[in-house]
Amino acid sequence: MEKNNCKAWLYLLPAIIFLAVFLVYPLIDVFIYSFEEGYNSVTGSSFGIGLYNYRYVLRDPYFLMALKNTLILVLITVPLSTALALLISLGLSSVKKLRELFQTVYFLPYVTNTLAVGLVFMILFQKTEYSNGLINLLLELFGISPVDFINGPYIAKISVLCIYTVWVVLPFKILLLTSALASVKQDYYNAAMIDNTPKWRVFTKITLPMISPTLFYLVITGFIGAFKAYSDAVALFGTDLNAAEMNTVVGYIYDMLYGDGGGYPSYASAAAIILFAIVLTVTVINLLVSRKHVHY
Amino acid sequence: MKVTLKNLTKIFPSRNNKEKKNVVAVADFSFEIPDGKLIGLLGPSGCGKSTTLSLICGLQKPSSGKIFFGEDDVTNLPPENRGVGMVFQNYALYPHLTVKQNITFPLENLRGKDKLTKQEMAEKALEAAKLVQIEELMDRKPSELSGGQQQRVAIARALVKMPRVLLLDEPLSNLDARLRLATREEIRRIQQATGITTIFVTHDQEEAMSISDLIVVMKEGVLQQIGKPQEVYNDPCNLFVAKFLGTPPINVFEGEVKDKKLCIGGAPVMDADLPDALVTVGIRPEGFIVDENGAFEAGLDRVEVMGRDISVIAKHPSCETPLFRAILNGENEVEGERIRFTLKPRKVYIFDKESGCRIEVK
Repeated sequence: MEKNNCKAWLYLLPAIIFLAVFLVYPLIDVFIYSFEEGYNSVTGSSFGIGLYNYRYVLRDPYFLMALKNTLILVLITVPLSTALALLISLGLSSVKKLRELFQTVYFLPYVTNTLAVGLVFMILFQKTEYSNGLINLLLELFGISPVDFINGPYIAKISVLCIYTVWVVLPFKILLLTSALASVKQDYYNAAMIDNTPKWRVFTKITLPMISPTLFYLVITGFIGAFKAYSDAVALFGTDLNAAEMNTVVGYIYDMLYGDGGGYPSYASAAAIILFAIVLTVTVINLLVSRKHVHY
Repeated sequence: MKVTLKNLTKIFPSRNNKEKKNVVAVADFSFEIPDGKLIGLLGPSGCGKSTTLSLICGLQKPSSGKIFFGEDDVTNLPPENRGVGMVFQNYALYPHLTVKQNITFPLENLRGKDKLTKQEMAEKALEAAKLVQIEELMDRKPSELSGGQQQRVAIARALVKMPRVLLLDEPLSNLDARLRLATREEIRRIQQATGITTIFVTHDQEEAMSISDLIVVMKEGVLQQIGKPQEVYNDPCNLFVAKFLGTPPINVFEGEVKDKKLCIGGAPVMDADLPDALVTVGIRPEGFIVDENGAFEAGLDRVEVMGRDISVIAKHPSCETPLFRAILNGENEVEGERIRFTLKPRKVYIFDKESGCRIEVK
């Protein structure tokens, strides 16, 4: 028994060392930095310990802007993308012809480079001296005057960011949901059909509970992913996100570390810990809600 | 409710594009199921019995032919309007709902004048649960039930809306041997109690024989024989039916009719008033009587004692299988290398060598 134990630890060792060095140690370090005032990464010294960094970050208008953007992004894109993915998956599983073709088309964004797609979106939405962009051309057809989605008003910019995010996260959700839908046994539907069950009732009483574990997984990972959004904003609005009013919390952390006004690991750490606390809270709430509604 | 099938045929188109060969799952089926009877659809796997059941419940559309419930033509009716209850092979209980919710599920679908109050639903569910004796399990989830209990829940769910016809697809195949015996009695009891015309599918002949009022034997989509279990057993219409029914199975020999005598391995064993021909002979294991002067001689391999009965395992060069089995009363004493039998004429069947059809001896 004792010998086996040693062996077990030996096998676990490579992973443990790796995780400890690159995950656990930095996590603890970030936590410590966030309480050290004016930590200097070159000398390794600080002025003292306290809540100063948190106070600073929470009063920083750039952080508040980033937080607001992130929250809007989370609240709009997670429900929207999940609902859309569910709708598309239901459609995909009820068509017979060309299903493979549609599945491939819907999965394409997943294998495309984010930044490249961001560029395409920019071209679609941007208004330049030469052209209003394809989307504006479309809007003009409905008599709406052209808007600059990339350098224009805040509401236009955040909408583009949301649309883009939904577009990017959709394929993975569709993939998981179609396979979840396919794994619901036909017998359940046959049984329901024989019992004269209306379509909406089949969906709410059979399909939804049966795929609830997958849905729940998508919601949780969706929330976490949206809170960590950064590259999407960069792809659309370039690296100077503060100027574009489109920064996200992760973007703010990055700027604090390496940006033009960067070099403040303490502030970055405090912001990271705040983000962590928010994500943790949301996930715990999700878990509590899921206990009632998810059927494993 | 009387169920009538008229020239029912189901053809599945070939999936193989190179070789267009349609699969005939059910071929020109016609029979009538009297009201309130328990019918066993019996046949080896792949013989089209489950397809027949799907056609009756409406999950599949027949290629041709008609289905009547009583006088109503239900051929083109979707399953939800046929008023059938179905128990699936794997029960198809909704895993996220409790037993009670599972049983009330069909009732909650009722609309219009049939709509029930919560109170009525609970009463009906309890009634159905009592019938199958699961009233103490109402708040459990299907995963917390044993196979036999799940089966009862599935039956209760099928019965709760008082279907015109109850269909059971291989109802016992997921149960262990002991439970199978108990459950088949239970199905019989429930069917008798409700009087609902019940059709069940099985590949187990013993199961079908033991509880059915009528059995329908199928082979490769073709109806072989329909009748009361004992009649079909005693009077099989062809070699397939004779082989399919009975445990231990019937013993098959090559034989010949010569000068009004049935000969096996050249030795005349029985009178048979038939024209001379090569035939196949089936002898039920219980058709042998040990007799020193018997006409049928075989090499003794071994004897298995089973208490009340003994099984004599013997060899005969004309037998289709290396060994054959005779079941004798336990009081017989069997010894030696050779054994002689006389045959019970009613347990010996003569079949056409080519077609396998029964040749009746007058």
